Amino acid sequence: MAARSRSFAALAPRLEPLIIPVGALLGGLLAFSIFLMVLGKSPVDFFSLVYKAGFGTSFSWQNTLSRVAPLLLTALCVALPARLGLVVIGGEGAVVLGGLAAAVTGNALAGVAGTVGLPLMMLAAMLTGGVWIGAVGALRYRRGVNETISSLLMAYIGVALLNHLVEVTFRDPASLNKPSTAPLDEALRVGSLPGMDVHWGFGAGIIACIIAWVLIERTTWGFAARIAGGNIRAAQIQGLPVGWLIIGFTALGGACAGLAGFFEVSAVHGSANASLVSGYGYTGILIAFLARHNPLAIIPVAILLSGFEASSGLIQRRMDLPDATILVLEGFVFVAILVAETLYGRFSIFQPKAEASA
Amino acid sequence: MSESDLGLWAVPLAMLGGAIRVSTPFLFVSLGECLTERSGRINLGLEGTLVFGAMAGYAVAYESGSAWVGVLAAAGSGVLFGLFHGWVCKLPRVNDIAIGIALMLLGMGLAFFFGKPYVQPQAPDLPAISFGWWSDIPQVKAALQVNALFLIGIVLTIAMWWMFRFTRIGLIVRVVGDSSDAARSMGLNTNVVRLLATGAGGALAGVAGAYLSLYYPGSWNEGLSSGQGLMAVALVIFARWSPVNCFWAALLFGGAGALGPALQSVGVSSGYYLFYAAPYVLTLGLLIATSSPNRALESAPRELSITK
Repeated sequence: MAARSRSFAALAPRLEPLIIPVGALLGGLLAFSIFLMVLGKSPVDFFSLVYKAGFGTSFSWQNTLSRVAPLLLTALCVALPARLGLVVIGGEGAVVLGGLAAAVTGNALAGVAGTVGLPLMMLAAMLTGGVWIGAVGALRYRRGVNETISSLLMAYIGVALLNHLVEVTFRDPASLNKPSTAPLDEALRVGSLPGMDVHWGFGAGIIACIIAWVLIERTTWGFAARIAGGNIRAAQIQGLPVGWLIIGFTALGGACAGLAGFFEVSAVHGSANASLVSGYGYTGILIAFLARHNPLAIIPVAILLSGFEASSGLIQRRMDLPDATILVLEGFVFVAILVAETLYGRFSIFQPKAEASA
Repeated sequence: MSESDLGLWAVPLAMLGGAIRVSTPFLFVSLGECLTERSGRINLGLEGTLVFGAMAGYAVAYESGSAWVGVLAAAGSGVLFGLFHGWVCKLPRVNDIAIGIALMLLGMGLAFFFGKPYVQPQAPDLPAISFGWWSDIPQVKAALQVNALFLIGIVLTIAMWWMFRFTRIGLIVRVVGDSSDAARSMGLNTNVVRLLATGAGGALAGVAGAYLSLYYPGSWNEGLSSGQGLMAVALVIFARWSPVNCFWAALLFGGAGALGPALQSVGVSSGYYLFYAAPYVLTLGLLIATSSPNRALESAPRELSITK
């Protein structure tokens, strides 16, 4: 008995960061259920439709997974800078400009084999996204500009740039109703993962999450970043290159978001146009916060939210609810997860010392 | 005098009129943010409050037939969002910036959710007062059509300046914003003061939204706001937390926002999207110019998380 309680005491502090977010997620879903009941809609219907459309069949799983890629990558764009205590929320700008860079590079490389062209397009997208968000980090370090506001302003500017460049500079004259860049060569389109109807972006997103986890948890850079995130002054006194850490982590996050743009263009749309502006950057913020900025936790959270978003159409048709329903659900969950931050350290069950003395 | 005779003079004239029209929501939302930030708290969620206020104002104006009732409803919904933000932020370890982002998304989600039936119908507009009666030129008349809310905004600017400068309430807000310790030693409850300041700030953001849906552009749709609630945060920093400076900054932003439409009105249509981005570029430029890496911003409330 004593042994068991001791092993629980050892485990308890590790359980806290798991149980509180899961509890908050359930709390947010509960609040949303009450919201639905007040409107006279059945939460049971709602969640069974979400399950059916998002996770019920192998087809719905493929539908869900094919939407996960940009969510994984945009969540990393929030989670990586978060290690330094930065709240970067403008991933959308890096997604759209990364996508545009990929499309323009692809058009310039028309006729080139995919094995050469695709890596170059990917590189262009990641560079563009990296520079875009890295600039936010540089402004933060060099000028003390608040990164939350500047990144969101940069997202608005990025979308305007995309619209301008697609309409004026890189427009394919054949695209009449919806200004787009010229369609990519078939060789420059990314295909599906073997045996699935899910494009390669899913695999790339998972790999990016694993690399990010290794970087943060298993390397000296990640360790230095965590120190700098805890206390910038202390890190500077230690002689850590705080400026390079800030610029490096924001640029890496931006490169991830740019990569999301590459897959949107090369695997989904086939050219760059206004469809790139689809709010993935904003869902990514929620996912990163839900995952507590842990890159490995981002994977299941992104799949869950992707399932929610995949069910949007079915919910509209079956329950006669507006398409913003999922947005409301996400808002409830987001608020719940942040309010739950206040619960850390409040439950004595998670505190080993209190257990031992009892 | 016909319209074409003005030539290029039409651009500054259209920009003046546009500046007044476009600046009003900036003015209200930045005054609201100014009040909240002076109490030592930041509300990044005003964008969501503004969008929800736009929807609530439009819907209530449509149902009641009175635009002013709509404005009141928008202010009321803004108070609710502000109070919720203020209440959550007083819990320990809750990050006010992150909560602001979450409430921004929730406010927009709720607005789109409840606003769906109101995309089509036409609600009554807010009245405008014509100050161009002395002129025969139609563009001058158009430029000097000033909405009543703009005038209320001017009165509010002066009132808030006076409040911070000369009244006990203003002093209380400033003390709470500058030093929680000093405020507590004076027997003030910092949480209550910040809660009320956040609630009042939310009300002003709601009114800003109602202006968008009830006057200019004057209808409710999901793309109505172009980030005014968010730019207000940057605008307040640029205005150095002074209500009077907020007014001038709002006019400047309004002018930048009116640049695109003004150029379009004289036939310059290329680069439309770039002119559309002018207010964001201006905001970013001002933010870079006024920020500093090694010291807290001059005259910033010292309890503000964003400048610490």
